[in-house]
Amino acid sequence: MTTSLKLKDLSKKEMLLAPGHRMCQGCGAAIVVKMVLLAIDKPVVACSPTGCLEVTTCISDYTAWKIPWIHSAFENAAATMAGVETMYRALKKRGKISQDISFVVFAGDGGTYDIGLQSLSGAMERGHDMLYICYDNGAYMNTGTQRSGATPFGASTTTSPAGSSVPGKMQHRKDITRIMAAHNIPYVAQASPSHHLDLMRKIQKAMSISGPKFINILSPCHRGWRSKSDDAIALSRLAVNTCYWPLFEMDNGKTQLTHTPKEKLPLKDFLRPQGRFAHLFRPENEWIIEQSQTQIDADWNAMIGAGAGASGVIEE
Amino acid sequence: MKTKLINQSNCRPVITEPGNSALLKTGTWRTLEPVLNKEHCINCLLCWLYCPDMSVIVRDGKVEGFDMDYCKGCGICALECHGKKGEKAILMRKEEKE
Repeated sequence: MTTSLKLKDLSKKEMLLAPGHRMCQGCGAAIVVKMVLLAIDKPVVACSPTGCLEVTTCISDYTAWKIPWIHSAFENAAATMAGVETMYRALKKRGKISQDISFVVFAGDGGTYDIGLQSLSGAMERGHDMLYICYDNGAYMNTGTQRSGATPFGASTTTSPAGSSVPGKMQHRKDITRIMAAHNIPYVAQASPSHHLDLMRKIQKAMSISGPKFINILSPCHRGWRSKSDDAIALSRLAVNTCYWPLFEMDNGKTQLTHTPKEKLPLKDFLRPQGRFAHLFRPENEWIIEQSQTQIDADWNAMIGAGAGASGVIEE
Repeated sequence: MKTKLINQSNCRPVITEPGNSALLKTGTWRTLEPVLNKEHCINCLLCWLYCPDMSVIVRDGKVEGFDMDYCKGCGICALECHGKKGEKAILMRKEEKE
């Protein structure tokens, strides 16, 4: 029996992330974690590698978690969780644990796309029963916005600063969701907090499947994206509606869009409110926007062309 | 919340209470504060869901107000508020501090 996702019912559930955490005001990661924990019914054990979420929820003698939570090093959250899950299976086999427990990793894009990739790949390949969630804010925000494999093309960061030499980051994002899908694991999805029902349904679906699962969730960071403190949800909605962040799932290899924007907006609408893309609107840099738009259109058309039409648009 | 933060006997920091970050009142970060006008509220609870600081108080499916101990004043609740007939139920205003 899964929890009803009506907000009225969810509001009666205990919140497993306590207030008083030190995430910035308006942080997208806090919203993502909150939604994920609300959607899960079973007892959860979580793990986070180094990242914004880890440093802000566990300062000195304080913890914001109301669930067992492990902080591991930057590169091995998936390996840590794999160990915990293996021990759980061993104890269950010996009759020392009877409870059904779910295992979740909350990692940032640095700990997923770059530093944690090998341990993640290994854990997925070995088939551990866990859900790996990447909250993707598109740079190393914790240490002051250094570029990562998730930083979009043309974005200005402190290690790819836009100036007279380079107009921001000159490489495209790594397509981590497809890299994980190539591991042939049972469930891979991409979600956004602006479409909370879609996000929480994906979490519930993932929890109902045994084996390794990966969900990549967009997590706006107004400090690194150089936008306003109140626009985390508005920006993630624009990311979905411009098809920069398509919402889809791959259930046993079958790709399915879970939301099709009513009107596909130009990418510019997503880029304009963000200071990290401000330099792209100068005439000499417009080719970057054009190239990004071409890439997004090609990816979107390929997805529709592959028969991934929306399985019923979810009204938000 | 009464929490013994450090187990003195072996001098290792041991957190004995889950979620004891609630002792840290992040409300002091705020410069803007949300103001609720219940007349325009349709209790869609989106503000409750989107609040990164668990600061929207909901009782029996109705928005009751804000927990100012933790609200950092980001303004997501106000921006996302649908309100009634185009009138938002949550507005942000500059907080006057003593």
